[in-house]
Amino acid sequence: MSTLTKQTLSHLDWLEAEAIHIMREVAGQCERPVLLFSGGKDSICLLRIAEKAFRPGRFPFPLMHIDTGHNYKEVTDFRDKRAAELGERLIVRSVEDSMKRGSVVLKSADESRNKHQSVTLLEAIAEFEFDACIGGARRDEEKARAKERVMSFRDEFGQWDPKNQRPELWNLYNARAFKGENIRAFPISNWTEMDVWQYIEREKLELPSIYFAHKRPVVRKGALLQPVTELTPAKPGDVVEEVLVRFRTVGDITCTAPVESDATTVEQIVIETATTTITERGATRLDDQTSEASMEQRKKEGYF
Amino acid sequence: MEHIPTQENGLLRFMTCGSVDDGKSTLIGRLLYDTKAILADALTAIEKTSKKRGHEVVDLSLLTDGLQAEREQGITIDVAYRYFATGTRKYIIADAPGHEQYTRNMVTAASTANLAIIMIDARKGVLAQTRRHSYITHLVGIPHLVVAVNKMDLVDYDQATYERICAEYRAFADKMGLTAQGFDVRFIPVSALAGDNIVDRSEAMPWYEGPTLLDILETAPPAGTHERSESFRFPVQYVIRPQASDDPELHDYRGFAGRVESGTVQAGDAVTVLPSGIESRVKAVHIGGEAIEVGHTEQSVTLLLEDEVDISRGDMIVKSGNAPEAKKELRAMLCWLSETPLSPARTYLIRHTSRTVKAKLSGIAYKVDINSQAHVEATQLAVNDIAEVGFKLAQPIFADPYTSNRETGAFIVVDESTNNTVGAGMVL
Ligand SMILES: Nc1nc2c(ncn2[C@@H]2O[C@H](COP(=O)(O)OP(=O)(O)O)[C@@H](O)[C@H]2O)c(=O)[nH]1
Ligand SMILES: [Mg+2]
Repeated sequence: MSTLTKQTLSHLDWLEAEAIHIMREVAGQCERPVLLFSGGKDSICLLRIAEKAFRPGRFPFPLMHIDTGHNYKEVTDFRDKRAAELGERLIVRSVEDSMKRGSVVLKSADESRNKHQSVTLLEAIAEFEFDACIGGARRDEEKARAKERVMSFRDEFGQWDPKNQRPELWNLYNARAFKGENIRAFPISNWTEMDVWQYIEREKLELPSIYFAHKRPVVRKGALLQPVTELTPAKPGDVVEEVLVRFRTVGDITCTAPVESDATTVEQIVIETATTTITERGATRLDDQTSEASMEQRKKEGYF
Repeated sequence: MEHIPTQENGLLRFMTCGSVDDGKSTLIGRLLYDTKAILADALTAIEKTSKKRGHEVVDLSLLTDGLQAEREQGITIDVAYRYFATGTRKYIIADAPGHEQYTRNMVTAASTANLAIIMIDARKGVLAQTRRHSYITHLVGIPHLVVAVNKMDLVDYDQATYERICAEYRAFADKMGLTAQGFDVRFIPVSALAGDNIVDRSEAMPWYEGPTLLDILETAPPAGTHERSESFRFPVQYVIRPQASDDPELHDYRGFAGRVESGTVQAGDAVTVLPSGIESRVKAVHIGGEAIEVGHTEQSVTLLLEDEVDISRGDMIVKSGNAPEAKKELRAMLCWLSETPLSPARTYLIRHTSRTVKAKLSGIAYKVDINSQAHVEATQLAVNDIAEVGFKLAQPIFADPYTSNRETGAFIVVDESTNNTVGAGMVL
């Protein structure tokens, strides 16, 4: 007989339950999964989900970071600290090693290494024979991602074929893949930036310091703030300003911009997130503005 | 300003149904726009594209049509998911194409939706496609339907036109047995383009006194309160064994990890493990190693049992005295999803909850003509076909009828030679 159950899960409880379920499906269906942990806020949420899914047991997968060598030290330090606190194995593979091997060739020395991560990721997948990579991508980030499956199939070249995706129904996920192929699993597909911040607030998750307001030298590039760092020095004619900023996302230094903010607590960030008029990508990505389809293109080529 | 969803009002998943040009994407764009879920830069991008294409008003459908091919052809091919929140609730929208050749995408979108908005073009009224969409939402068990009569601006916001369409739809719904089976069907006149009755009340239709579309969404029962079975169903996904031989507390820890698909569970409950039939009692319900009092429907938890029982992925824990039937022969409604036809000669895999079994087609009772809902004879199933079929299974599965439990009544068919998901089944 069908009747109403009285209890309603809050939206965060529901999203959490779904993410745990997806992570356990990966663990149950795949032989050698890995969780991609960058030290960023989305993958920090993934780690909490993994704790809720598998503690007091160990995680049934190692953590891995594909390091472009262009990450903020605050973030890589946090990455190492968090992995150590959890007592889980952290694998780091670097784009620089791929460059040394000759599998990554930059067009110019200052070309962003961001898109070359895909090569290093594929090399690491081959090295460890990973059959599934769990990542923190969200469908609200970008239009091509809005169509991607929770369990997204990649062929042996790591390519995503948006027109030929496996149907995904109910909560019956199909993570089957032949040797050499790979599943990318996205447990927080259905989360928005707001959900992530609310979850961080509720779970009192620690974050790298650069997520909070701090003074930083920047150059204004249109609406974006280009951080001035050793890697991205000011060019002649640039006007360098000290601005109170925080990062909404902490990617590669060369292509991630901070936003002006005086938010020093997660609570304040939640409020700012509610009032912002610019999307996470629009406010922060120095490389993504070129074409409406650029993410779809990169994903087809094996990008996460 | 975007709304910060309070953490108590739950989440609603809904879908939009309609054929090409009925206004699905525009409606979703409108909902996102009026609830301030679209941010300025995303809007600027679609404004630019709209202008480039020579549209006078911003084409809100560009917000959802995300794939290159879709933008080039101006149609929705795949299911897209969109998100917005109000002060009270978070929403997940599935936007699925409505053409007959996309039936499988509609079934996919419907499988996780709890409410469907059926779009009707006010100029055209109830069409074969409307019946097809209604049939699919009914088949996939969506308990709440909202019939949105769209493009009212193009019929001068005429009440008589609206009421004629409602009467027509009601007659069809009665015939299909929708209303008799307690399905909740509501009607609303809207203009997705102009925003009438979507978030704001229409000034052009003072004769309509009902709630706006958003009001309806805000009050529909959220996820986790599905009109679903109260029988406890817990498919085991994974077994947690810390193997910490030095820690006496953890030495014997064996946690059965899964999601409460229906019902609730708490310490002391007498349970039976399927397929072994072994009985035990729940010692504790955990999340992340910490005890909680009750595991609720749709919550992912870990169960500890009083006795040492051999349980692995694919088993199901249920309350003693309330077990689903073990089925080695399955009768089901099946939607075929693959370009390669269903073959009676082949062995397939069936994934039901966390269990995978080998299966062979034992017969096709009939195929549904989805435009007339008539039953027609069939010996083969091609992509987008819906049929009643029988399967023979190598091992039993523990399934409830889909109409009483969507989670334990659903299965997918997987082709072992490609690993593709090729069928979507609903147990009869
Ligand atoms: N006049 C009018 N046009 C509409 C309305 N809703 C949608 N349209 C137009 O109908 C066309 C198809 O809409 P779209 O949302 O792409 O339909 P979809 O194929 O169902 O997603 C577009 O040109 C819209 O601008 C409406 O309420 N009134
Ligand atoms: Mg559309």
